[in-house]
Amino acid sequence: MKHKVLIIEPSELIVDGLKTLLAAQPSLRLLEPLAGDDDLDARLAMLRPDVLIINPTVNDNVNRLRGDRGTRVVALVYQYVKQSRLRHFDAVIDIRDSRQAIAQTVIDAANSSNEPDTCASAAGNYELTKRETAVLVEVARGLTNKEIAERLNVSVFTVTSHRKNIVRKTGIKSVAGLTVYALLNNLIDEDAVL
Amino acid sequence: MKQTYLYTDPSDKLSLLVTSHPELLLTLSHFGIGLGVGDRSIAELCRDHDVDPRFFLLICNVYTFDNYIPTAEVVRATPMSGLIPYLRRSHAYYLGKRLPHIGRHLEKIAALLPERAAGAIRRFFTTYIDEVTEHFAHEENVVFPHIEALEAGGGDAYSMKDFIAHHGNLEDSLNDLVQIIFKYLPAGATGDDAIDMIFDILEVRRDLHKHSLIEEKILVPYVLNLEKRKK
Repeated sequence: MKHKVLIIEPSELIVDGLKTLLAAQPSLRLLEPLAGDDDLDARLAMLRPDVLIINPTVNDNVNRLRGDRGTRVVALVYQYVKQSRLRHFDAVIDIRDSRQAIAQTVIDAANSSNEPDTCASAAGNYELTKRETAVLVEVARGLTNKEIAERLNVSVFTVTSHRKNIVRKTGIKSVAGLTVYALLNNLIDEDAVL
Repeated sequence: MKQTYLYTDPSDKLSLLVTSHPELLLTLSHFGIGLGVGDRSIAELCRDHDVDPRFFLLICNVYTFDNYIPTAEVVRATPMSGLIPYLRRSHAYYLGKRLPHIGRHLEKIAALLPERAAGAIRRFFTTYIDEVTEHFAHEENVVFPHIEALEAGGGDAYSMKDFIAHHGNLEDSLNDLVQIIFKYLPAGATGDDAIDMIFDILEVRRDLHKHSLIEEKILVPYVLNLEKRKK
């Protein structure tokens, strides 16, 4: 699968140069570049780039740019930028780098990116474990995380982590939805629902 | 960067737009524009239905292009008198037509399920309808009157900041329902109705997603501007 690359850069000259240079790379797919960071969170959530190439003067909040998507964030530098501002980026492209070096930086970044979604399916197992089923039953009965932790004699943190796995495996987020799931799978009696 | 793909020409025939993007049919119904538009242009139809063509095109663009979010300048430059009527009509459409339609599918599926599972799935849907009803009622009884007052030059105590803080998401429960129907129905209840229902839910989910996008990216900045101007 091709890696999606998004460029955020106000200068059309730089964008066109970078596009030409990266277009020759068969493993990359270039998304329509953006000129600035308006509505950036929403756009990133929709576009889900594997690699984001951004001028640090536009935005250097790498954690926000990376989100929970595992996007690799590459700084595009052509004016003086303090070293400390570049510290959090996954890689840096200097505009004076050679054609090959720039392409290689982006390809390396793309290869090291991992979408959490694909990560989850790589784990492969969608069966709920015994413990997860036990937590699901309590969730469906309407108990809070704290109550479940006390009842099963584990920490709240453990319960939270089981719940995350339940949501990931079933694809169902709401308590009401999980209750239907539990009933359809005969995990609980209707009388047990509070 | 130019986004040349957007619709910008009110002299285009509306039928051409809808032919290339049939999902706009829903948008037309939210504007109160029926079928049978013949070869008339967007400008003509908008005139007949008292809609500003710039506003009409803005909404069409949001509906059609998944990556399109209008910029603050575009929102500022677009006449918004049609916005509240548009949103009200969309609400009525979801609650009066789309969701009851899904409810009828669900009823047919529930009839094939063991009693307790049927009860659970019916309760899930009823709860969802209640959630949607409450969400829309709040907008229509509190938020929209606030905006209409601002438009008329007045104002009240409500602020759009409250709206931003409390604007909930109506898509998650639909996702859950799709997962349940799609993955966990017992054999024997998975016929054509289940498939029809999934298509219907996916379509209304897309529509609701665009609806929220319009509220968050058009309504909110528009009203924040109004509030600022009043101060």
